Amino acid sequence: MPIKTESFYLNVGPQHPSTHGVFRLRLSLDGEVVTDVEPIVGYLHRGIEKLAETRTYTQIIPLTDRLDYLASMTDNVAYCVAVEKLAGIKVPERAEYIRIIFSELMRISSHMMAVGFYLNDCGAFFTPVLYMWREREKIIDLFDMVCGQRLLYNYMRVGGVSQDLPDEFMPALKKFVDEMPRYIGEYNQLIKQNEIFLARSKGVGILPRETAINIGASGPVLRASGVKWDLRKMDPYSLYDRFDFDICTGEVGDCYDRYWVRMQEMTQSLRIIEQAMKQMPDKGPVCADVPQFFRPPAGEAYGYIEAPKGNLGFYIVSDGSIAPYRLHIFPPTLINITALRDMVIGWKVADLIIIFGSMDVVLGEIDR
Amino acid sequence: MKFERYGIGIAKGLALTLKHLFRAPITVQYPDEKLNVSRRTRGNELVWFPDKCTGCGTCTKACLQGNIILVTHRGEENKFIVDKFELDSGRCIFCGLCVESCPYNALAMGVDYECAKYRRGDAVLGKEKLSLSEKHKPSAYYRPQFAAELPEQSLLLYNRKEGGQKLSIFPLSKRKRGPHA
Repeated sequence: MPIKTESFYLNVGPQHPSTHGVFRLRLSLDGEVVTDVEPIVGYLHRGIEKLAETRTYTQIIPLTDRLDYLASMTDNVAYCVAVEKLAGIKVPERAEYIRIIFSELMRISSHMMAVGFYLNDCGAFFTPVLYMWREREKIIDLFDMVCGQRLLYNYMRVGGVSQDLPDEFMPALKKFVDEMPRYIGEYNQLIKQNEIFLARSKGVGILPRETAINIGASGPVLRASGVKWDLRKMDPYSLYDRFDFDICTGEVGDCYDRYWVRMQEMTQSLRIIEQAMKQMPDKGPVCADVPQFFRPPAGEAYGYIEAPKGNLGFYIVSDGSIAPYRLHIFPPTLINITALRDMVIGWKVADLIIIFGSMDVVLGEIDR
Repeated sequence: MKFERYGIGIAKGLALTLKHLFRAPITVQYPDEKLNVSRRTRGNELVWFPDKCTGCGTCTKACLQGNIILVTHRGEENKFIVDKFELDSGRCIFCGLCVESCPYNALAMGVDYECAKYRRGDAVLGKEKLSLSEKHKPSAYYRPQFAAELPEQSLLLYNRKEGGQKLSIFPLSKRKRGPHA
């Protein structure tokens, strides 16, 4: 009698310690080797796009906090940039600098979470995460000082920011920027040359340059594949054309490159913050004169920024009323995980977890 | 992968971990040890000033949850008199838009953050519970006039010598563990 073999189906998630949030992967396995993978999303769907149609333009800002909950500040910025484009509002210079400083702080914080949890997936259980959280806590303290909450900031407003910085903010930020390079050195000492980490991540989950461009990946995932693309340089929104910084790229596009691009971007973000602190005007308005229940003219606009995870866009259609007619969110991580299938096939289940971890996925943004 | 000398990277990482044994603590033993929250904190339970409130209802329009219930009637000189000012703090998302929109400074966010309730009904707060009292103080979110009364935020960025808060190395809690301890 001939022995029949058939592939084995396995669900990873939705409630699984190695999936970030409520994400489900349907794997088909040949022994331990992944032959097919199908990501199933939608477990965290809250209908933010539909909810936005019944809320005023200011009331949508707290909803955008809940998209990418590890980088709420940049979500706020992206939404406000889109509405400002729609209504043709000019943002005061001081507010633009505050936005840039906060976006870059948010980028450092988000990359810390990404790298920390990636190392967690690699098997360094919670030691690197706690090292990274030590500094992330300091960033969150700074946000808390200015806008009153630690995760869901609701700080940006259409036409600027909600409140001016308190007096004790700038000395604290200066201290943070001075100290941070030493801590980044500590992270590198802790993990960069670790042999187990290198063996687990070098050459694993390669995303070729062509595939990355074809699927439309963005952010550190795209840059790790060797594509020099960053919206802050390529299409400078806000005041990013005034700053001097480099686009960090990887070489082959494996998990190690995605990790290393994020570590380098932290240093570049610190450079931008340092320059912004010098250039920022000391006094001035922080918000344009926009009423709380304002009605932008009928029309449509697409605003986009370089969020920590990639190109984040908001598409707004207005019919001239108090609430948008339609709001569409273009999330970077949803586009990035479409590459997962190409990266994972042929690798083992243990590698799948770290490949998925290196993508830096936040489910609040994917399911919206 | 091949390494020239296997183990050096791991040893470097472990050396860093060893160094941390001799550093000042950075963790806060929460219920026994507390940090001062930000002056602008958007804490639980709004503070409502009845003498300043004119009953205009701007806060109810600004609330994105539709959470604030305001009932008024016309009194002397055609002014509004507030009969009912109620909000369900279980549904509130503490975005602060009501405080921001109030034109008469009659609302402020609270500084408290330990406001868990055993029953859902207790989370619905009326006029008396929202008014200013000894325990119920306003934060400086959008109300900078209250900033001076509040203690300075203790930042983890500063260590003890630079004016930060002292954190204990040894475990503090000697309480019994249990739901009502």
